[in-house]
Amino acid sequence: MRPTMTPRNRWRNSVNNVMLTLTGVCAAVSVSSLFLILGYLLFNGGKSVDLNFFTKLPLSPGQVGGGMANAIVGSTTIVLLASLIGLPVGFLSGVYLAEFSPKSFGFLIRYTADLLNGVPSIVIGIFAWSLIVHNMHHFSAIAGGFALSLMLIPITARGTEQFLLEVPRTMREGALALGAPMWVTIATVIVPAARKGIMTSMILGVARISGETAPLLFTALGNEYWATSLNEPTASLPVMIFTHATAPYEDWHRQAWAAGLVLLGLVFVANILARTIVSRGASLPK
Amino acid sequence: MATHTAAARPIRKKRLIGGDELAKAFTLFFAVLILVVTGTLVYQLWITSSPAKEKFGFGFLASTLWNPVTDEYGALPFIYGTVLTAFLALVISVPLGVGAAIYLSELALPKVSNALTFLVELLAAVPSVIFGLLAIFTLVPAMRDYVQPALQKVFGFSPLFGGPIFGVGYLTAGIILAVMTFPFIISVSREALMAVPREQREAALALGATKWESTWQIVVPFARLGILGSVFLGLARALGETMAVTMVIGNDPAIHASLLSPGYTIAAVIANEFAEASGKMYPSALVELGLVLFALTMLINGLAQLMIVLTTKKGAAKG
Repeated sequence: MRPTMTPRNRWRNSVNNVMLTLTGVCAAVSVSSLFLILGYLLFNGGKSVDLNFFTKLPLSPGQVGGGMANAIVGSTTIVLLASLIGLPVGFLSGVYLAEFSPKSFGFLIRYTADLLNGVPSIVIGIFAWSLIVHNMHHFSAIAGGFALSLMLIPITARGTEQFLLEVPRTMREGALALGAPMWVTIATVIVPAARKGIMTSMILGVARISGETAPLLFTALGNEYWATSLNEPTASLPVMIFTHATAPYEDWHRQAWAAGLVLLGLVFVANILARTIVSRGASLPK
Repeated sequence: MATHTAAARPIRKKRLIGGDELAKAFTLFFAVLILVVTGTLVYQLWITSSPAKEKFGFGFLASTLWNPVTDEYGALPFIYGTVLTAFLALVISVPLGVGAAIYLSELALPKVSNALTFLVELLAAVPSVIFGLLAIFTLVPAMRDYVQPALQKVFGFSPLFGGPIFGVGYLTAGIILAVMTFPFIISVSREALMAVPREQREAALALGATKWESTWQIVVPFARLGILGSVFLGLARALGETMAVTMVIGNDPAIHASLLSPGYTIAAVIANEFAEASGKMYPSALVELGLVLFALTMLINGLAQLMIVLTTKKGAAKG
């Protein structure tokens, strides 16, 4: 029995209980929205995914059936292009930031990378359009890949930098003390020690850009058929979801759900994969 | 002495040229690429929008006219829609996010907290077009058939909830944006709260404060800059968010007092109209809208980063 159960203390106690319960409710609501999303998508998408989805081309509106094979291939192409540009550029600038940059210049680059990371994706799309589509006079997978790579570069750069800096100082000093030059130390000791973290940020970055729609709307545009070269308008899953979900045809909606499920499945697998890599032994001895 | 340095210098110089200097120059090239790309981005936005800037001047920001047929463009309905939907999103997501962050950092067991945070971060990874897909087929009908009629019944006297009901509109967009922003608010606020030194909590509890009093009066104020930073981060995302909003905003380039009526946002109008914009002035006006959006999000992001940096420094110094 508490000695001072005055009305005021009883009031304070109930405020305590009510507010703490409310924070729990907030957490429950937030987390359950994830399950709502997953549940709805599994339910509606599960009904719609079939073999045709992965092997057939989209049909014209009104017809029932067909799939999004071209969009699956198109998305893969665009994301691969973006990764080919974005991952090396991001990784190497991350190495520069962590290992070589003088203080003030490093700050400038870091700040600019964060700025680029915060640019709304639709603005990235405008930029890629004005630089590539506008000058080449047609929409293309290249323009789409370029747009997505712009989003990948800052993510990879900052991730690489962060994990390189987490490598213990003693490992660095050990290698240098053995007479290895800085670049040998970086290439054979520091980067390998941080590889799991770096891989994680790369996977997360690629997962994020593969779900992006806005930068592709007027760079890769879209295509109801196969794209035969990188220089043509190319279909992609996110853009397909957008056009199919907003069109007034019943069967297109079904396709959109299927595409949504496939896309979210890929993004989640990548995310879970990346996070298990990090939690399994990437934490280095400090 | 002199011979010493003379003997040492050639070796050192050779090694620098052969390896480290080269590695430095090589990586520097890519780092500078980030500067160049970002600089080009700003330059291109500026140049591409210059026809519209020259024709409309600052009046562009204040005009409510949007007519591609007569080639007259004004940004106000879009700025209004962007700011209003982002504001509505924060009204919902800030209490929810901060509440959840308090639960995760102060009450939940570390294991539970980490598991729930993982789920929240997974929510942040959901592509925005998927939020849009779900919103079109679940949220919009629910808003049209249940929520909005109910709101109108109770608050119908106020112009904020007047007008015809469509399901799509400012409020629907605000709700979907809230779901998209609270993962950011939760994970950044949680970090800020967890960085508050343990002694702060213990001192408050030792003086007889209840758990809530210690949390609300001591811990939260201590982490306020980090929390504010997370709110600004969420705001920046809400302002720049494109796909989900485009799918539920209703595409009406006008200003309405009612939260239930359809509207338009900057990102949505660019997404819908840019690919088909022909002529000279039309694309240019859309790019100028992009420039406005860019400036707006950069400002908010800069503030967010500043606040987060300040708290982590402060936390590190005291913790």
